[in-house]
Amino acid sequence: MYARIFGLAAMAACLAMPVLAAVDLNDAAGSYTVNPVSSSIRFSIGKVGGGGLNGAFGRFKGSIRIDNSDVGRSQVNFTIYPESVGTGQGRIDAFLRSDAVFDAANNPEIQFRSTSVTRTSDTTALVSGRLTARGKTFAEKFTAELGGLKGGTIKFHVTGKVLRSRYGMDVGTPIYSNIVDFDMTLTGKKG
Amino acid sequence: MQAITNSTTRYGWAAIILHWLIGIIFIGQFVLGFVMVRLTSQRTAFELIQLHKSFGFLLLGLIILRIAWRLGNAAPALPASTGALERRTAPLVHLALYAFQLALPLSGWALVSVSMLEIPSMPFNLFVMPNLPLGLSDAAENFWAAVHWYLAYAGIALVVLHALAALRHHFWLRDNVLTRMITPSSAPDME
Repeated sequence: MYARIFGLAAMAACLAMPVLAAVDLNDAAGSYTVNPVSSSIRFSIGKVGGGGLNGAFGRFKGSIRIDNSDVGRSQVNFTIYPESVGTGQGRIDAFLRSDAVFDAANNPEIQFRSTSVTRTSDTTALVSGRLTARGKTFAEKFTAELGGLKGGTIKFHVTGKVLRSRYGMDVGTPIYSNIVDFDMTLTGKKG
Repeated sequence: MQAITNSTTRYGWAAIILHWLIGIIFIGQFVLGFVMVRLTSQRTAFELIQLHKSFGFLLLGLIILRIAWRLGNAAPALPASTGALERRTAPLVHLALYAFQLALPLSGWALVSVSMLEIPSMPFNLFVMPNLPLGLSDAAENFWAAVHWYLAYAGIALVVLHALAALRHHFWLRDNVLTRMITPSSAPDME
C-alpha cells in the first residue's frame, strides 16, 4: 500500500519535474535573440510623498550569449530606443523624449554592453556592463534570474537601479528620485 | 518698537514690508508664469514651473499673515480730503485686492492638485505640500488653468490701477497715501 502511494508520488514528481525544477544556467548555453513582443522593459521612479512614475520602453533589441563552459564569459548586449518610452500620459512621454530627459532626437539609442557576468546561484547572475545614454557611459550592474528554459526559448527576470543624474537626466530631483528602478522580463529565442 | 504695528494715522513696518514683499513677488510671479509656459526648453520650463509653485505657496502664506495682521491691527484713516464716493469704494477695492491675493495662489494650488501629471509640490525643495482634495481629470485641469489665467490677468490689471491710484494721490492730490506705505515716519497726516 505504502509502496504504491510512494510510486504514484514519484511518478507525479517526475511528471512535474520539467515545470517545477529550477532551470540551471549550465543547461542554458547558447545564443539568444531577445523577442521584443514577449519581453518588457519597465521602469519606476519614486516621488516625494509616495507613489512614483512608471513607464516602459516599447522598442528595444538585445542578444544574450551564455557560454557553455563558463557562464562568466557570457555576453549581454542591449539597445533601447528612448523614443518608444510610454507612461500612459502623453505629456509626460513628450517630456521624457525631449531634451529635458532622453533627448531622443539627438540620442536615439541607449546601449548596454556587458563586461562581466558573475554567477551568484544556480539560476541567478550579476551582469556588469557599460551603459551609454545621452553620450555618457558608466558602469552599471543588473541582477538576472533565469525564469525558464523551454524549447530554445529562455526567460530572464532582470532588475537593477540606475542613477539618472549621471546621464544628464537629473531634471525633477528631488521631487522625483534620482534612482530609476528597472524591472525587465526578457524572453530570448535560440539562434 | 511702536513703528511695527499700525496706528490710526500711519502704517507700521510689518504692514509696509508685507505690502511691498507681496507686491514684488506678485509681479515676479506674473512675469514668471507668462514666461514659463512659452519656453522651448522643457527642462527650464519644468524648473521654472516648480519655482512658480514655490513662490505661489510663499505668497499664500504671506497673504494669510497679511490678512491676519490687517484684522488684528488698526487701519490708518483715509486723508480728510477724501471724497464721499472714494470713502465708500475704498474698502471695497481693498477687499477685492485681498480676495485676488487669496484666490490666485489658491487657484494655482487647485490646478496642480487636479492635474493628471500628478507632479508633487515641494516648495523650495523644503517639504511636500499636500494637494487639495479635488478629483483628478484633464477637464478639471483645463478649468483651473483658465481660472488661474483669468485671475492673473485681472489681478495684474488691478495692481496697475492700484499703482496709478497711488501715484494720483501723490502727484495730483498731494496727500500722504503713497508715502505712508513707504515708511511709518512719513506720517502724520497733512491735516
